[in-house]
Amino acid sequence: MKHFGIGFALAGSALLAVLLPATGGSSQDKPAKSEQDGKWMLADGTPTYNLTPDGKVDWYTYSGFRRYHSECHVCHGPEGEGSSYAPALVESLKTLKYADFMEVVAGGRTITRPDKTSVMPALGDNANVMCYLDDIYVYLKARADGALPRGTRPERAVEKPETAVQNEKTCMGS
Amino acid sequence: MRKLIQSAALLTTVAFPVLALANSDVIKQTSDPNQWAIQTGDYANTRYSKLDQINRDNVKNLKVSWTFSTGVLRGHEGAPLVIGNTMYVHTPFPNIVYALDLNQDGKILWKYEPKQDPSVIPVMCCDTVYRGVAYADGMIFLHQADTTVVALDAKTGKEIWKVVNGDPKKGETNTATVLPVKDKLIVGISGAEFGVRGHVTAYDMKTGKQLWRAYSTGPDSEMMIDPEKTTSLGKPVGKDSSLKTWTGDQWKIGGGSSWGWYSYDPETNLFFYGTANPSTWNPTQRAGADGKPIDQKWTMSIFARDADTGIAKWAYQMTPFDEWDYDGVNEMILADIPVGGQPRKALVHFDRNGLGYTLDRVTGELLVAQKFDPKVNWTTGVVMDKNSPQYGRPQVVSAMSTFQNGQDKNTKGVCPAALGSKDQQPAAYSPRTGLFYVPTNHVCMDYEPFRVSYTAGQPYVGATLSMYPAPGSHGGMGNFVAWDAGQGKIVWSVPEQFSVWSGALATAGGVVFYGTLEGYLKAVDEKDGKELFKFKTPSGIIGNVMTYTHNGKQQVAVLSGIGGWAGIGLAAGLTNPTDGLGAVGGYAALRDYTALGGVLTVFTLP
Repeated sequence: MKHFGIGFALAGSALLAVLLPATGGSSQDKPAKSEQDGKWMLADGTPTYNLTPDGKVDWYTYSGFRRYHSECHVCHGPEGEGSSYAPALVESLKTLKYADFMEVVAGGRTITRPDKTSVMPALGDNANVMCYLDDIYVYLKARADGALPRGTRPERAVEKPETAVQNEKTCMGS
Repeated sequence: MRKLIQSAALLTTVAFPVLALANSDVIKQTSDPNQWAIQTGDYANTRYSKLDQINRDNVKNLKVSWTFSTGVLRGHEGAPLVIGNTMYVHTPFPNIVYALDLNQDGKILWKYEPKQDPSVIPVMCCDTVYRGVAYADGMIFLHQADTTVVALDAKTGKEIWKVVNGDPKKGETNTATVLPVKDKLIVGISGAEFGVRGHVTAYDMKTGKQLWRAYSTGPDSEMMIDPEKTTSLGKPVGKDSSLKTWTGDQWKIGGGSSWGWYSYDPETNLFFYGTANPSTWNPTQRAGADGKPIDQKWTMSIFARDADTGIAKWAYQMTPFDEWDYDGVNEMILADIPVGGQPRKALVHFDRNGLGYTLDRVTGELLVAQKFDPKVNWTTGVVMDKNSPQYGRPQVVSAMSTFQNGQDKNTKGVCPAALGSKDQQPAAYSPRTGLFYVPTNHVCMDYEPFRVSYTAGQPYVGATLSMYPAPGSHGGMGNFVAWDAGQGKIVWSVPEQFSVWSGALATAGGVVFYGTLEGYLKAVDEKDGKELFKFKTPSGIIGNVMTYTHNGKQQVAVLSGIGGWAGIGLAAGLTNPTDGLGAVGGYAALRDYTALGGVLTVFTLP
């Protein structure tokens, strides 16, 4: 059984970060973000999403959209909207920090209330989640921030970057 | 959409033969129309009642006679049972069973609540639904989410025996009811989204001892297939029919679970059920060694097995090499109907793939395969020419093939969606009209498969889907359809705003009942679908309508409680199509109409 530590997901995020000037599509008051081979991150290294002026998303946000709807949506609902028994992540990610998000996904948690028991399973050994944890995070963050509207399937602005191809091979095993 | 009934559809039917030597108790209990002893109403799964007090003229006067809250919020599928003056009501996880005294307005005679590890909850695909208990020989049979099968004393609720059928840590769970036949209890398993290896298992009804287990995939002996005697489309299936149609060891995590409704034919001693999708949803990962499609037998198949030995008599695969998650588990309704002018002992099956199949249940011969939703577009149809090498196989439309389009490519506009043109919500058959009354989904999808890896007990899906109301139609996400299974034709169709996720009930009063996701119990005319009555119950209905008699009066009962697949996909509203597939005004969130809550509502005439 493989384990996919949080360390892996964070590795490399601070390397070779090049601050780019705000692009035409982004508004001036948004926090500065940088790009490295298609992957966007905030100044503190937290991964983030990027949209082109015509609303297309970066590869990782698109990848997060796909993985979310494969691994998470049967409980958390389409587009993070929640279901009859799991919370709406479009709300949770308005306040849930990146590190806490990763901790809950990897370790799971159980909440017992008088009316029901909620169980978030530990997904720490699920390659289909852990190899794409940043992707899922940036997708849900884009949803929570209102950058990706409800009912719109994201379109990718770029094809899969070479870094993503190589990381997938390493993480999923070829 | 409505068509007048075709007079030719008013078919005469042969009474279903009842033999004393099968499980006499189940046959005795289910042949009394004042009761409802097993989930499907009868062994043939007709969901038809001979009660006729409530009829087309007076159904408009129906009033609620009493209600009961189950105390559970999640999706409520299945139906209560009635034996004598006692009603048995089940709930989704934690799978409570109540025995209610009908002579005292539903006073609780006993309550049984199993203790289950809550870690089973997230292993269940699509909510923690449970489709209900069964009754036979003085026992109530409960099959819990964690796959524990329990026999309870129907009088006291005391445990008689229990046995564990699967391992939730591997993703094996249960949502289905059980089939009591003779001295055996036949049970299935869920978990094709977690890469389980599906099977059907028989337990001794008196002791819970396991008698046999037949897998859906793998070596012939483990599937209980006789390569020479088990047939498909009239020919022996041959040696290693499953192993030859999988690459390597993929059959070991190949899905093919068995979570649907089972039927039983006392005359041939065969029971019938369907198998679910192959795992994963990414067909590229399941391709043959040559990179071409490969059948993945016996997922997506109908099995006819001997109820004593478990040996397969015949099998038929509806969707070889699934590319869309069209599970084959939906109910198999047994009816003696004319097909092509000849009386046939038929099995009628409305598949997730959108095709209504009529087969000879004795031989497995394919008689009819036609679309029961005109929007179905993944196939041009099934080859019926017995001399064709493609005989019995659906012809796939390349543009809709998620395999031909490939990994990481979004295949757009596939109808039906993975929900199927119909999911588990069971249809009814009325011998009065010869028609099948089918609750359906009218939903299409975009489907993008991608690479996944397998980890025991974790989702093994590998595709992302966007679903929306069928474009270019009435804008709703469901239809309630009357079907002529002899001809393979829609006789009439009533549009619904949401998928019809409730099991239908046909009655001798000429009234057909079903529930809606907004929470309406509806009664329609068996002839033309005209609405005769509706009542808004406390929550959306994904349960099945049943009927019984108490103190000489016919009652109609249904469980409300939104959830299940519908609670996931529809509670938040489906995705709007944005790419010119035909803008649809049907985008509407179910949560604007209803909220959670398990409630039983019982109706009668004043």
